[in-house]
Amino acid sequence: MSTETTARWTTPSDVEVAVTRTFDAPQELVFDAFTKPEHVVHWMLGPDGWTMPVCEIDLRPGGRWHMVWRRADGSEMAMTGEYQEVTPHSRTVQTESWGPEWASTVNTTEFIADGDRTTVVQTMRFPSRADRDRALETGMKDGADTSYERLEAYLATVG
Amino acid sequence: MADDPLSITFAALADPTRRAILARLAEGAATVKELSEPFAMSGPAVSKHLRVLERAGLITRGRDAQWRPCTLDATPLREVSAWADDFRRFWDDSYRRLDTYLERMKEQDNVD
Repeated sequence: MSTETTARWTTPSDVEVAVTRTFDAPQELVFDAFTKPEHVVHWMLGPDGWTMPVCEIDLRPGGRWHMVWRRADGSEMAMTGEYQEVTPHSRTVQTESWGPEWASTVNTTEFIADGDRTTVVQTMRFPSRADRDRALETGMKDGADTSYERLEAYLATVG
Repeated sequence: MADDPLSITFAALADPTRRAILARLAEGAATVKELSEPFAMSGPAVSKHLRVLERAGLITRGRDAQWRPCTLDATPLREVSAWADDFRRFWDDSYRRLDTYLERMKEQDNVD
C-alpha cells in the first residue's frame, strides 16, 4: 500500500529531511488546512497545551509568513519566512527562519491527490556550507552552531 | 568538505549506510566483517564509512590490529537528541490533530 497514515521520516540528500504523511481528506481541503491562518491555528500546534497567538500568511510568491507559538509555560517561539512558489492545491516552496542570526531553511510542501485522500510530503532543505559561512561572518557563531546542532540531532533520529 | 567538528558529524550522519552501521553498533561492538554482511558491500567500502564515523567521534576502534572491533560512542548524539525528539513530536502531534480537524472541515463543507 502506498498511502501512509503514520508519518515517515527520510533524508533525501545530505542537506534535506522529508516527512511523508497521508490524510483522509481531499487535496483542496488539505492544502487550505496548511495555508489558511484560520485553519492553521487549530492544528499546527505541536504538543498539547501550545497555542498560536500569531499566524499571518501572505500566500503568493514573495509573500511573507509569520507564526508565533506559545508554550504551556507562557514562553514563545517565532518563525518567519517568505513564499517562493505557490501552486494552488499541489505545492508551496517557502523559506523558514528560526531567527535573524540563522540561515533560512527552504521548505517544499507537496500535496499529492489520491482519490479522496491526500499525501503530503514536506521537505526541509538546510543551509549549505556557503550559507552557513555567510552567517558566521556576521559574528553570529553561536546561533549558527546551534542550528547545526539541531540538524545533527534531527538526522540522528531519522532513517 | 568542511573540516570543523560540527560539519564532520553532520556529514557522517547524513548517509543512510552510516546510520545503519550506527544502529547495528547500538546493539554491541562488531568487526568490519560483521558490519559488512548486511550491506552487500566490500570490506574496504565499509572501512571507508567507518573512517568517516571515527573522524566524527561517533565510533571508536579497538587497538588489536587483527580484530579491531568498532564501538559506538553516542556522546555527540546524546547532547542534541532532546531537540530532535521535540521536533519530531511537534509534527507527529500536529498531524494527529490535523486528522481530527480535517474531519470537521469536511463536515462544514457538506453543510455549506
